[in-house]
Amino acid sequence: MRNMPMMASLTTAALLVLLLAAGASAYPGFASIQVGCNLLIDNAYLLVIAVGMSFVILSGGIDLSVGAVLALTTVLAAWMLQNLHWPAALVITIVLVLGSAFGAGMGALIHYFKLQAFIVTLAGMFFARGLCYLISANSIVIDDAFFTSVSQFQIPLFGAFVSPGALIALIVFAAGIWISRCTPFGRAVYAIGGSEQSAEMMGLPVARTRVAIYALNGFCSSLAGVLFSFYMLSGYGQHAQGTELDAIAAVVIGGTLLTGGSGYVAGAFSGVMVLGVIQTLIAFQGTLSSWWTRIVIGGLLFSFCLVQRMLVAGVGGASKKR
Amino acid sequence: MTALIRLSMTVPGMVRFKLRQRSLFRPLAALALLLLADVVAIPGFFQLQLKEGHLYGSVIDIVNRAAPLILVSLGMTLVVAARGIDISVGAVVAISGSVAALLTGGSAAPQLPLMVALSVALGVALLCGLWNGLLITVLGLQPIVATLILMVSGRGLAQLLTDGQIVTIYYEPYFYLGSGYLFGLPVALYVAIGAALITALLLRRTALGMFLRVLGSNPVAARMAGVNTAALLVIVYAFCSACAGVAGLIVSSSVKSADANNAGLLLELDAILAVTLGGTSLAGGQFNLAGSVVGALIIQTLTYTIYSLGVPPELNMLLKAVVVFAVCLAQSTQFRQRLGFWKED
Repeated sequence: MRNMPMMASLTTAALLVLLLAAGASAYPGFASIQVGCNLLIDNAYLLVIAVGMSFVILSGGIDLSVGAVLALTTVLAAWMLQNLHWPAALVITIVLVLGSAFGAGMGALIHYFKLQAFIVTLAGMFFARGLCYLISANSIVIDDAFFTSVSQFQIPLFGAFVSPGALIALIVFAAGIWISRCTPFGRAVYAIGGSEQSAEMMGLPVARTRVAIYALNGFCSSLAGVLFSFYMLSGYGQHAQGTELDAIAAVVIGGTLLTGGSGYVAGAFSGVMVLGVIQTLIAFQGTLSSWWTRIVIGGLLFSFCLVQRMLVAGVGGASKKR
Repeated sequence: MTALIRLSMTVPGMVRFKLRQRSLFRPLAALALLLLADVVAIPGFFQLQLKEGHLYGSVIDIVNRAAPLILVSLGMTLVVAARGIDISVGAVVAISGSVAALLTGGSAAPQLPLMVALSVALGVALLCGLWNGLLITVLGLQPIVATLILMVSGRGLAQLLTDGQIVTIYYEPYFYLGSGYLFGLPVALYVAIGAALITALLLRRTALGMFLRVLGSNPVAARMAGVNTAALLVIVYAFCSACAGVAGLIVSSSVKSADANNAGLLLELDAILAVTLGGTSLAGGQFNLAGSVVGALIIQTLTYTIYSLGVPPELNMLLKAVVVFAVCLAQSTQFRQRLGFWKED
């Protein structure tokens, strides 16, 4: 029996390897472990967001507020650290709880009032960004001791180094895979994505699961915000503009269908890596002006989706539900 | 009864309101509430002055600035009704504005006649829509991914055309579209309302409306019933991009320049908001054109109110979010049931 999601995810992994090989052959400095580690370091926050987004999309929903919650987390954390001088551990705990609560709130609105996820999370995005600008219109620089030391800490890995943020991202990724495959919650997510009605009739706790999915996504967004503030050492309302679309693109490239119920959380990793490799290739090329960068990214996304569709259609042959 | 139906065939614009009264009620009520707040809070809100043959006033300002959003919302309504989404409209606005600006030469006497320049810009917008449609029908990509590709690269293309510069337009007749007045009202308003009426006519007097509803409700059943779903989807996406193209012309005409970076930024989100506020469901299968027009007016009135009340611009997004939540909750039957208010209709 042909396993469509598996084929899509494997295709992405194969194409990722191809991209890496192309880069290594074109640019001498490309084939180094540090380049790979930099990919992880720079995209750690996107990986965490993509894991949360995978759960949301697998359940058939969508969440456009992830970038805004990330920015709100950075602004809140920076404000609490710089103005209230609270300890870093307390600040991090508070923002994580607030992020989860925000997500849970949106999930409750979506489920109990049968509102559409697109609109609720879109309004949530405006709400979160508005809150950012309300707290501070300008960027707040973080000079807390804990944050600066984490930001500069280097973990050695095979002769290169990674940041603690990258390590946290990998742990979250592993946890995400485990939750989706080995827990009843994960199974409920797939069931709801496949058919919410059937899931309800089977007796699965749909309401609780849905709220938990969005809460988990909120948690991942605020964790990504914490990682981002380690990375940038500042809180700013304009951080992570467009990250929600990057996350959706990463999840979809990784093989998850936007209609829900089909795909793997593991695909998010290859999706994030593909986006990261494209950016790295462009940086290595070095001569493209900013608008060519956009055109090339769009073109590469297109070729990627094209090849993926051709490979999947050639092997599976099933027509996709639109 | 039959007399009413026969009457409805001859006066489509007016009777859309009559027949769809109930589905239009909530968006209109929201707009009315907003206008009420405006009348109370802003002195002279409904004042209209006639100067040099033009009507001036807050209401004229609002509808003038809402014209591009109304146009894009029209196209978006059809796409959403077909169970799709088009997030590339902002990029198409930028592209069409840039093409028109380049063709009118950047000097007071351009090489091409105005009509040719406008047609080429619209043609480019149509091509963008065809691209989206083909990606979705032939390649089977999901709509959000297919339009994401154009959204990302479209702005890059527009910047490539203008070489990263903001192109200023000096050709006087071009300004007529965005800043001109006809019988006292802005030309942009006529364009927007005209497009809305033509679309409504096309959807009601031909089978297109029915095919679109069938396609959105159940694409497989539609195909098996003999509807050419692929062609219809391509047409719908092409139409959406064409509307965005016209909106781009109006925008670049009213600011007298083409800014590839900022033209139409976040316009797709406002359009989707307007469509949903107007009562069209994102699940597809039905559409409410008049509702989308009202939704676009709601969003524009809200923006205008926020600025006029002197609310700090930081609160703009926050207030928009609160209003959207409120309108969505009001439209949710579950919410109303919990409040024990209106019965489900």
